[in-house]
Amino acid sequence: MAVGTERAAASADDVWVPRPWVVRSATREIGDTVTLEIEPRDASAARPVAPGQFMMLYIFGVGEVPISVSGTGPTSGLLHTVRDVGAVTHALCNLGVGDVLGARGPFGSAWPIDEHKGCDVVIAAGGIGLAPLRPVVRHVLERRGEYDDVVVLYGSRQPDQLLYTPEFERWRAAGIQVEVTVDHADQTWDGHIGVVPTLVRHARFQVDEAAAFLCGPEVMMRFMAQELVDRGVVPERIHLSLERNMKCAVGMCGRCQLGPEFLCLDGPVFPWTRVERLMAVPEL
Amino acid sequence: MTATSVLAAEHLDRLFQALARREYTCVGPTVRDGAIVYDRIEGAADLPRGFTDTQAPGEYRLERRDDDACFAYVVGPHSWKKYLFPPERRLWRLRRSDGSIERVDADEPPPRYAFIGVRACEIAALLIQDRVFTGGPHSDTYYGRAREDAFVVAVSCTESAPTCFCSSMGTGPAVTGDCDLALTELVGEQHVFLVEAHSPAGRELVDELDLQPAATEQEHAARAAVGAAAQQERALDPEGLPELMGKSLESPRWDEIAERCLACANCTLVCPTCFCSDVEDISDLTGEHAERWRRWDSCFNPGFSYLHGGDVRRATAAKYRQWLTHKLGTWVEQFDTSGCVGCGRCITWCPVGIDITAEVPKLAKGEAS
Repeated sequence: MAVGTERAAASADDVWVPRPWVVRSATREIGDTVTLEIEPRDASAARPVAPGQFMMLYIFGVGEVPISVSGTGPTSGLLHTVRDVGAVTHALCNLGVGDVLGARGPFGSAWPIDEHKGCDVVIAAGGIGLAPLRPVVRHVLERRGEYDDVVVLYGSRQPDQLLYTPEFERWRAAGIQVEVTVDHADQTWDGHIGVVPTLVRHARFQVDEAAAFLCGPEVMMRFMAQELVDRGVVPERIHLSLERNMKCAVGMCGRCQLGPEFLCLDGPVFPWTRVERLMAVPEL
Repeated sequence: MTATSVLAAEHLDRLFQALARREYTCVGPTVRDGAIVYDRIEGAADLPRGFTDTQAPGEYRLERRDDDACFAYVVGPHSWKKYLFPPERRLWRLRRSDGSIERVDADEPPPRYAFIGVRACEIAALLIQDRVFTGGPHSDTYYGRAREDAFVVAVSCTESAPTCFCSSMGTGPAVTGDCDLALTELVGEQHVFLVEAHSPAGRELVDELDLQPAATEQEHAARAAVGAAAQQERALDPEGLPELMGKSLESPRWDEIAERCLACANCTLVCPTCFCSDVEDISDLTGEHAERWRRWDSCFNPGFSYLHGGDVRRATAAKYRQWLTHKLGTWVEQFDTSGCVGCGRCITWCPVGIDITAEVPKLAKGEAS
């Protein structure tokens, strides 16, 4: 029986098979978080990657996890910022230069940055959520003239859990407003205290010209999006990155569904208008 | 117009022989463990001859018939997905060498299956899974190959179970195409199969069997028998189901269903369209080899929606809602078809007899009030 599909010329289960990639650098960002720069061992495995997309990173004999791309390295490598929270991420955080890991991808949708040229840009992140957004910050930095006011609103639980703080001065030097908050301050902290949405009142941007990109805990993104909408930001210009359990990354294992969306194919980056109602339903 | 020919029941093995000559692996219905299951079969003797099934919510029994009918049962716990999307399958085997990793196994081609006794609702299920596994941006090549190579011998139903609702879903009981051969079994004075070819491969095989054309009365009798099977106790109106599911996300009915639902996953395993899976990585004691296996999973299973520290869907109500709203609602947005074919398996094999044709109207009523 013909089923209306062409028999793939390539090896049958290619999309499932991790390819060898090599660690070019491993940098500890904060206590439990490491940024790996990785390159395909065989250059033919390299694919173009857009900010917002993710890779499936595999440790031999341990397992595989989806990790967003957090930037491109000094050469052609891809950066992934990984927090040590489980068996696979623990192994990833302990890789050294020259070690080989497996990778599949990239997968998923991208931040629509180019579509918002000329806009003010609000980038709001919580915790490790700044990692998938760092390529957006860097994209804007490289094309600073193409965007108007740019604001980064970032928060974490404690000061020692803030990512990429050494880069903040460079961002500020390029005219990006960077506001940082923590849930719980310690004696070293003299900045904002509170959840990320409370930073909006400090942000300088034109609400009617702003595009917003959000990544962090779902509850933070919901309140952030609502805050921005309440202030007049066009809901269609708010985008956010979601996360669900994921095994295949190619729309077949069924695990990453949120309502009609497959996060691996349709996401992880969505316009707020497409997921607002879904995110409001508990345990959907 | 497809010509209909007649195959006498005592010559049914000729069909198996013709398929064997074409090097097909025949799989079809057979009696095992008190149920009609799909397995390797070699000939007509392996069919559930003289058996039928009685079904009700949470109930399935085999019974003896007073004739030799081979296909006078409805559908059992198995579906054809187990051949195209096997319950467990190794995706790859890797070896660690020189500090790198390399794949050491090759993609094994699936067997060339001949599916014997595929019902109209099951053809609908195959067409749905085609979209899931081969209709998207990425394709499951094993599924695609197995499906493309499969020879489908369909059977129009001449009996319905009380759990059947294919008529209302527009998927049966008559086979109208999307197969190689379609049989209708007539028992009575003569025990015969009316045979229609629906593909070039089917026509070639029919020619080889050298059959007589069917008599007009036989064709009438077949139409009447299939028409009788179309009269079904249960029905589900597919019209407006995605909208109803979308509106019902926060209905109190889910909690009511959850008081009965055991979250046992039976409905998803017997469903001919459910496709969710898990993967497991296995390594050996040398640490030099690793394998990944894909296994059927269910949205009812613990860990299915695990995300940093816990499941997104913890309550049984949330799990059941995911299953039903996906099957009848969001499936349409994803694959442009309902995920339900009206086969009734989820009703029969639910240990507490939850009946989706009863639950959907309750959701609709809840919506109206």
